[in-house]
This record gives sequence, structure tokens and C-alpha cells, in this order.
Amino acid sequence: MTTETTTAENPQRISMFKVLNPFHVWALGVGIVLVGEFMGWNFSVAKGGAYGALIACWVIGLLYSCVAMIDSEVTSTVAAAGGQYTQAKHIIGPLMAFNVGLYLVMAYTMLEAADALIVGDLMSAVAAATGYEGLSPQPFVVLTIAFLAWLNYRGVFMTLTVNFVITLFAFLAIIALFVGSDPLNPGNILRHSDLLTELPYGWIGVVASLQFGMWYYLGIEGTCQAAEEVRSAGRSIPLGTIGGILTLLVAASLTWYVATGLMPWQYLGQATTPLYDAASIIGNPSLQVVLFIGTMFAAIASANGCINDAARAWFSMGRDRYMPTWFGAIHPHYRTPFRAIIFLIPIAVSFAFTGLLDQVITFSILSGLLGYTFMSFNMMKFRKMWPLDVIKRGYIHPFHPIPALVLLGLCSAVYFATFLGYGASLLSIMAFYIVASVWFVMRRYQFVKRGDQFTMPWPRPRGY
Amino acid sequence: MIFWDILSYAAWIISGLLLLWILADAISVSREFDEELLISSREGDDDVLEQIKKEEGIK
Repeated sequence: MTTETTTAENPQRISMFKVLNPFHVWALGVGIVLVGEFMGWNFSVAKGGAYGALIACWVIGLLYSCVAMIDSEVTSTVAAAGGQYTQAKHIIGPLMAFNVGLYLVMAYTMLEAADALIVGDLMSAVAAATGYEGLSPQPFVVLTIAFLAWLNYRGVFMTLTVNFVITLFAFLAIIALFVGSDPLNPGNILRHSDLLTELPYGWIGVVASLQFGMWYYLGIEGTCQAAEEVRSAGRSIPLGTIGGILTLLVAASLTWYVATGLMPWQYLGQATTPLYDAASIIGNPSLQVVLFIGTMFAAIASANGCINDAARAWFSMGRDRYMPTWFGAIHPHYRTPFRAIIFLIPIAVSFAFTGLLDQVITFSILSGLLGYTFMSFNMMKFRKMWPLDVIKRGYIHPFHPIPALVLLGLCSAVYFATFLGYGASLLSIMAFYIVASVWFVMRRYQFVKRGDQFTMPWPRPRGY
Repeated sequence: MIFWDILSYAAWIISGLLLLWILADAISVSREFDEELLISSREGDDDVLEQIKKEEGIK
């Protein structure tokens, strides 16, 4: 999309380029998530054992399938950056929109910081393996964030094309690991019959493992942030999102199958890089190199997608005056939300420098979870206010309202699981968002021009 | 090992250069272009959905 012509009635406008296709959407969603297959998911094994982790993998897979379907339908009608924030603005109201926008920015910025930390830690591990102990990860953390911010600043097409290439490599690395484990000959390399045990902590352990099952899929909902820059959003967003969740369901199942067939649950539950460890156990040096590069690429792709999504959520809030309008600027040459990208750099670096990977990730997961809870209410209200015959959708999700209700039920279960392991974090995060909401109502809402923010060509909602 | 020391310094320097470039460009753009233009974007609607609406005669 280009700058529109100037007339007295139609002042000159600048907007983002519509240059993306479904593959970019897939790369954005899967790219953010896939690092969770390389590390993190395995903490669910520590809570619930191998079978508990498999139940978490599929139960949380169901949660995210509901997220993907609901997101696809709503986003196919809201061709705007901001994703769930924009949906909340149009469907629920300003306070919900402010909170959802904040969830998105916090979730993605925290995840970006965690990804950069992983890259830094991997560099330190390589240095240690070559005999140089104590290499500081900080310069590589900053380089990761700076380079990816620069890439995002320069344009969305190249950013997500790079993401497509490295995400595809990381996904193929998981496939290569599966093939390399000789799955057609059980007992040869994979020893499930020896390693799989009963549930070590019973069903409460399975419930506790749900929180870490989120790592398999956290971030797939980020696809809808591309809505304003994708050609034919009504078709591309559903294609990329549903393709993405299918990819992740396959990757998660393969990851579980290979890792639990090679490592006892007691080791797997605390491993830092379980897939790299799996390649090491198989003993194929080429596979080890592929898995190491895959881990690095997955972390970089995730950070890259997070910068893209956090910046667009922040930009959208600025454009609607939920934040200062200064953040709602678009670069006249690169057509990116350049001020939002710059603003979030020091925040991501600060989080990364704390080094508190588990706390940062927990904050990110909980922010995401709050967003999913909103989506179930959002979907119910969307169908009620704008039934199927009122707004043309690019995609209609089946069995409404079952997915929305299932999503709400599963979110409640994950809140309980999080409370079991991270109760203090859960309560402090809730307190943070309540304080932020009070600030918005008392100080910021006066600047929001309510009429100006509704620019979608939708009919008046039913009942209004 | 000197290689890792050099790599660490290189990472700091490249990061600094990238961030400086971004900042310099942002300042230059903000000076060169009118603020009203920079913040003039609006949410758009989808071209394909518009096309479907036209084909089906939905206003």
C-alpha cells in the first residue's frame, strides 16, 4: 500500500506496505513458537512424567487450536495491526482493549528477551565447549536484539522472509531428528518400553504440567498482527494460522516421541536443551550440528517475530491514543512502525539483562493466558453483535460456541496449574495489570478519541 | 582464548553501530517529514473481502 493522493477532503495518508503472503504469516506464528519445542516444553515432564507431558501436549494443543480458529475468524474481518487489541477495541471496549494491548506487548517483549538470553547462553556454551569458560552472554544478547530490531525497522517483507527460512530450517531439524531416531524399529534407538513410566505424581502432576505445555504453542496467535500488511488478509491469515497450528501439533508430538524414547523422565524434566541432548544420545555428529543450528535459529526466529508483534501492538495503541500518538508513526520509506520498534529495544534488553529466564518466561506465559481468556468472551460477543449474515468473514470456525467454551475451561485449568507452581508470580502479574488499568482509567482514557478509533467498515452492531 | 574476546568486542561494536544507525535515521525522518503525515495511518479494510462483497452485491 502506498501514500494516498492528497485532496482537500482526503488528506495525504501513509500506511504500511501490503506485501505479505500466507507463508509469511506461517513464518511469523510458527517462528515465534518453535523455540518452545527445542527447550522449555520438557519442564512439563518434571511435573507430570512422560505421559503427563503428552497429555499436556495434546490438551494445550486443543487450547491453541481453539485460539487459532477463533483468531482466524475475527482477524479475517479486522484487517488491522494490533491483533487481539484491535479486536477488543471493536468488540468489547476501551479498558479491555488497553489491557489486551498491554498483555500483547508484555508477552512478546518478555519472550523476545528470553530468546535473546537463549542465544547468549548458547554462545557461552559453545565457548565453554572450546575451552573458554565464563564468556559473558551480554554482548550476544544485545547483538541479537539490535540486529533483529534493525531488520524489523528496515521492512516487514525481508524480516518475515528471513523468519520463513530459519523457521523452516528449525522445523526440518526436528523432522531430521525424528528420522535419525529410527522410528520404524522401536527398541533399536528409541526405548519407550524401558523409559515410559506411570504418572509419578498422579493426576495433580498432570494438571501442574499444563503450564509448561504452553511452551509448545505460545505465540501462534501472533499471526494476526500481520493483518494490515498481508495481501488478502481475509484468506491469508486463516491459511497461515491454521497451517501454523497444524505444523506445531506435528512438531510437538514428534518432539515428545523422540525425547521420551531417549531420556528418562527424571533427566528430561530438567534438561536445558533436550533436543540437542537427544541428538547427542543418538551419536550422529551431523545431527548434533543440525540440532544446534536449529536451536539457535528457533530462538532468533522467535525474537524476530516478537519484535514484529510487540511493535505493532504498541504502534496500534499509539495510533488510537491509548498511548502517546508519537508511537503511532510509520516510517515513510520502510513503512514500519519505527518509533514503536525503537521504544521497545531498551525494555527488551533490560529484561534480558536480569538473567531471570524462568520469571521472564512466566510473565510472558501469563500475559498470553490472559489474552486467551479474553478471546473466549470476545468470540461470544462478536457472533452475538455481528452474526454470520451481517459481516462477511474470510473464515468461519466450526461448532460455535464449543471452541470458545473449551478455551475458557482450559484457560481456567492452566491458571490453576500456574497457581500451583508460580502462585506469587500469578498474583503479582494480576496486581500489575490492575494498577495499569487504574492508571488508564484515571489518566490516559481522557486522551482517547472514541469515535476516531473505529475505522472498520462494519455495520452497526445488533442491539445498538 | 583471544578469539572469543575479539568476538565479544565485535558484538558490542556491531550492536552499537546498528542502534546508532536506527536512531540517526529515526531522527532524520522525524525532522524531514511532517508529524501529521507520519502519524496519519488508519486501519484498513481487506481488498479481497471488499471484492467478495462487490461480487455478491453486499454493501
